[in-house]
Amino acid sequence: MLRELQERFGHIPREAVSRLAQKLSVPRARVESVASFYSFLHLKPHGEYRVLFSDNITDRMLGSQALMDQLCQQLWLQPGKVSEDGLVSIDSTSCTGMCDQGPALLVNGRAITRLTHQRVQEIAQLIRNRTPMGDWPADFFHVEDNIRRSDTLLGSTLALGEVLRAAFALGEQNVVESIKASGLRGRGGAGFPTGSKWEACRNAQGAERYVVCNADEGEPGTFKDRVLLTRQADLVFEGMTLCALAVGASKGFLYLRGEYRYLLEPLQAVLQRRRASNLLGANILGRHGFDFDIDIHLGAGAYICGEESALIESLEGKRGVPRNRPPFPVTHGYLQQPTAVDNVETFCQAALAVHMGAEKFRSIGTAKSSGTKIISVSGDCPRPGIYEYPFGVSVREILRDCGAANTRAVQISGPSGVCVPESEFDRRLGFEDLPTAGAFMVFDDSRDMFEVARNYVHFFAHESCGFCTPCRVGTALLKKTMDKIAAGLGTQYDLGEVENLDRVLQTSSHCGLGRTACNPVLHTLKHFRPAYENRLKSLEFKPAFDLDGALARARQMTGRDDAGAHLRPENP
Amino acid sequence: MTDTFQLDGASVPFEPGQTVLQAALAAGRYIPHLCYHPEFKPHGSCKLCTVKVNGRTTSACTMPAEAEIDVESNIEELNALRRTLLQMLFVEGNHFCPSCEASGNCQLQATAYELQVMTPRFNEFYPDRPLDASHPDILLDFNRCILCELCVRASSEVDGKNVFALAGRGITKHLIVNAESGLLKDTDIALSDKAMQVCPVGVILKKGVGFSVPIGARRYDQRPVGAQALDDAPRPADASASCDACEGTS
Repeated sequence: MLRELQERFGHIPREAVSRLAQKLSVPRARVESVASFYSFLHLKPHGEYRVLFSDNITDRMLGSQALMDQLCQQLWLQPGKVSEDGLVSIDSTSCTGMCDQGPALLVNGRAITRLTHQRVQEIAQLIRNRTPMGDWPADFFHVEDNIRRSDTLLGSTLALGEVLRAAFALGEQNVVESIKASGLRGRGGAGFPTGSKWEACRNAQGAERYVVCNADEGEPGTFKDRVLLTRQADLVFEGMTLCALAVGASKGFLYLRGEYRYLLEPLQAVLQRRRASNLLGANILGRHGFDFDIDIHLGAGAYICGEESALIESLEGKRGVPRNRPPFPVTHGYLQQPTAVDNVETFCQAALAVHMGAEKFRSIGTAKSSGTKIISVSGDCPRPGIYEYPFGVSVREILRDCGAANTRAVQISGPSGVCVPESEFDRRLGFEDLPTAGAFMVFDDSRDMFEVARNYVHFFAHESCGFCTPCRVGTALLKKTMDKIAAGLGTQYDLGEVENLDRVLQTSSHCGLGRTACNPVLHTLKHFRPAYENRLKSLEFKPAFDLDGALARARQMTGRDDAGAHLRPENP
Repeated sequence: MTDTFQLDGASVPFEPGQTVLQAALAAGRYIPHLCYHPEFKPHGSCKLCTVKVNGRTTSACTMPAEAEIDVESNIEELNALRRTLLQMLFVEGNHFCPSCEASGNCQLQATAYELQVMTPRFNEFYPDRPLDASHPDILLDFNRCILCELCVRASSEVDGKNVFALAGRGITKHLIVNAESGLLKDTDIALSDKAMQVCPVGVILKKGVGFSVPIGARRYDQRPVGAQALDDAPRPADASASCDACEGTS
């Protein structure tokens, strides 16, 4: 409802918050509390055109900052501020999932990819002329799938309903057993055994059961779910329906990240077609009593909602704050009922596992990581895009396939994952060694790994939900420390503080975001310490406060900039 | 016979449904905490009560007590962590104890004394948080807010009013009031509300009574926070457990 208000007014006016609260019979402050949590909901006007540049490191490497400066210059405004005529505002946002075709931005929620100076100039022109978004060149909004390597999942050509028929043949009580036997583990990063999750959900006490597909693909550098929802939407929904059959659910949700707003209508069309074919709805495929349907819930810009209990809170219309666990969603999920939450790719793999049989599924990949994995490759390589491999593939093989040269490091599974330096390129993807949600960002030897880590630290500070002290304040402190080092004011003491903050975040954070927020710094410090040490001003303590810098405002106000208006450097 | 668990080597009995922190306080053993209040459902945000349960860190206020678990709390590793968390809370807001009306009654200050926090350690954030003095009887000084949500919970669960809520995300998270104008005078708060009594710091203040109790005669001037917390904890009627925190003070 908040999204609808926003689409109507461009933002959510104060009076509208009051009216909505009245209509829902909830306190006004609670509505405001929810609306202010999400990046894409605005309580203040943000211009007729709201431009948000994707600020992942891969966008930056492709020159996004210069393009943002250019657009600001052409439209005469500063980032983060609304133009005086209320026409436009420009800002940055976390990774929008277009890393294989960046730099990218969102205009009023619509993704525009492959930005160039030429394209930015055209955008400025369109905004100045107040051209309605519907009349912008369709080519701007074109999103490539960039599938470079297919295997069992991306190459799947199963007919509609084939998986469900296989499940009926197997017997619904045997679906869970079959998934367990296949060794399938969640593809969202944590790698929990899917069969055990479904079994726990099936066996939990509850009046209703729910199936939730987590398509809040927010980990910077990941865009596989975008492609799966474009190419294999039927398989995703069939996997969800399969899960409903296995656990006994009659209602499902697809939680789609706000950045993929453009996929909403196509996905709804797929759902509609499945309803018409009796693959959703009552008595599915003629099976008496098998009722299941799926709703799509659109996210509003909050990375933390990819955490399953935060996602459920968000589904319930609340702030996306992770719950205390236990109890886990499988017993107390949506509306406190048993809920199976799985990643987009997991549902697809579950469908494949049931169709091809547990044994065959198990024969793909490695002993503890069965099946294939979809990797989102971006960064310094000539062929970024989507690659599907059986588990066990080495970092080196992927680098070879995407044509990367002179690679310094690869960030596996996004900022919260692992930074792998050249000496470790023979390590293999899989739960045995390098678990991954799919991101694979390549950095060549021209890249400064300190800046990479600093970008990730900013990301975590921006996305912290703010619930617990260590993560709320710790990520902000970490950001300040990294900025201090970047400004040339860092010391050995700061490196020690970074390590200390990491201990605090790891031991006391409420959820995984805080626990992994220090990973990028720790990993790059371990492998690329000189990138940090080169920036340290001295090995002694040095305060962040710059005395001469503090006088800058006074100089500006008095219009002075002569030698007398500066403090003399201590060591001339 | 009730079940027990081990807390720093001592045996602590518990009732089914109690959390580790509740059972510890009832047994006369203090675990530092800020966002926990005996009258409200724990939610575990301040993380000060972080303990090790069988070697794994978790919040004592939300961790259900279980028989035979081994809980470590009063160890240097965890007290160092708590000091850092307190320092984080201090630099995040604007806390000037010497001029604060809540000094001596402030749980944040008292806990920092208890754990011997000596410096702010980090650079201050100095956030811009304007006061709300719109209400004739009540002042809100957001500078001191530690986002424990006790006023939010008290107003909604006890007063049935929902005067307070939290807005924003991450480091910009802040307390708001339930009014279109955003001002306290346009809410239905009353001096008799539970929400008026639960603020552990000095955000929600009654006007006209400033410094009526002199510094030196206030709550935590009398007894340290560890002892006060045990006094406030719901206890079984026949409790005769000893109290380490009290014995160490005079």
